[in-house]
Amino acid sequence: MASTAEMTHEENHWGGGSRPLGSRYGKLMMWFFLLSDALTFSGFLTAYGLMRFKYESTWPIAENVFTHFPGLEGDQPLLYVALMTFILIMSSVTMVLAVNAGEKMNRRAVTNWMLLTIIGGFIFVGSQAWEWYHFISGDTGAVETNRQEILHIYNNEGERLSFSQVIHGMEEGHASNHGEEFSKSEVLGALKSNKAYYLQQPGKAGQAFTHAESVAMLEAGDVVQGANMIRNEYGRKQFANFFFFITGFHGFHVFSGVVINFVIFYNILLGTYERRGHYRMVEKVGLYWHFVDLVWVFVFTFFYLV
Amino acid sequence: MADHKGTWWIWKVFWILLIITAVEVVLGIIKPEFMLTQALGTSILNYTFIILTLVKAAYIVQIFMHVKYEKKGLRYALYLPSLILIPYLTFILLTEGSYLFT
Repeated sequence: MASTAEMTHEENHWGGGSRPLGSRYGKLMMWFFLLSDALTFSGFLTAYGLMRFKYESTWPIAENVFTHFPGLEGDQPLLYVALMTFILIMSSVTMVLAVNAGEKMNRRAVTNWMLLTIIGGFIFVGSQAWEWYHFISGDTGAVETNRQEILHIYNNEGERLSFSQVIHGMEEGHASNHGEEFSKSEVLGALKSNKAYYLQQPGKAGQAFTHAESVAMLEAGDVVQGANMIRNEYGRKQFANFFFFITGFHGFHVFSGVVINFVIFYNILLGTYERRGHYRMVEKVGLYWHFVDLVWVFVFTFFYLV
Repeated sequence: MADHKGTWWIWKVFWILLIITAVEVVLGIIKPEFMLTQALGTSILNYTFIILTLVKAAYIVQIFMHVKYEKKGLRYALYLPSLILIPYLTFILLTEGSYLFT
């Protein structure tokens, strides 16, 4: 049910009356944009794969890095990111429901489903901020050798220790440093005084060093807490760089998706699409929103699972 | 537009996506011993994750993004470039990654 104004608009662009690929101009252009964006993301993810295969033996294992869940103590691998995945899938579902209601010209239903989609997007962006905060502030702390290699502290029972546990003892200390800063001399003193402590590489290989070697390595090296673009306590610096870049780029997509969704939502409230006689704008922005969900499905697998 | 009656088909896909994600998370947490066998460069568990991911992606693209109901020309315009270029790039970079500095 196209209005007269829209028909002339379409004829100007396409002419001939027949629609190429049985689709409309806006939707086709959205698809071509999404195709190029898909290739961009696959470039990033395969570059991540290249670095990971290059440093395979010492690449950090994601479930040792992302272990926090709000309100829960201890090791909770994968739970938080599973929740984020669920939120994004859910918001994709509300988006399909909005598009579906739009096809039936049900303004009230489109309004509600769009609102829920926007809320889902906000919760996801917020979750990602929380994840970044924990990644940046760090967990156990690590030793960086003078060859820029990251090593973690273990005791002779094979437990990985935080600086807090090494310095305050197993009873007093926390499994996570909780933002407490420790100096190199404090950690070195504690490492020297307890023969049960030693250093070990992250990742699959997990090569361990003797107590004497460990002390010598820390003396020549330094301590690292948290993560930035230059160094991080989890392992190879490329790990943090790719984490920031890929989840950041995806998060930026989610954020711009929320903004675009909001513009469409505002127009629904104003009745713009009711007057236009169709809700095709909701369909177009829906494609973008599903694409963001699609990319997350791959980020989830290649960053957190594999 | 394909004519869908009601919204049951949306919720069906929702449950499929949810169940696959739940299976992935459970497998990721327990890491069953028999699935850690190495085959063709990585473990069977990782292949399982990748296959499940592709199934999820297919449902999102086909149903949510409606590609299944588009004209053949548009389907090919989207599938051919992505299904040729992305596996090609993946193959080249992962192969190269294993040889860097060796």
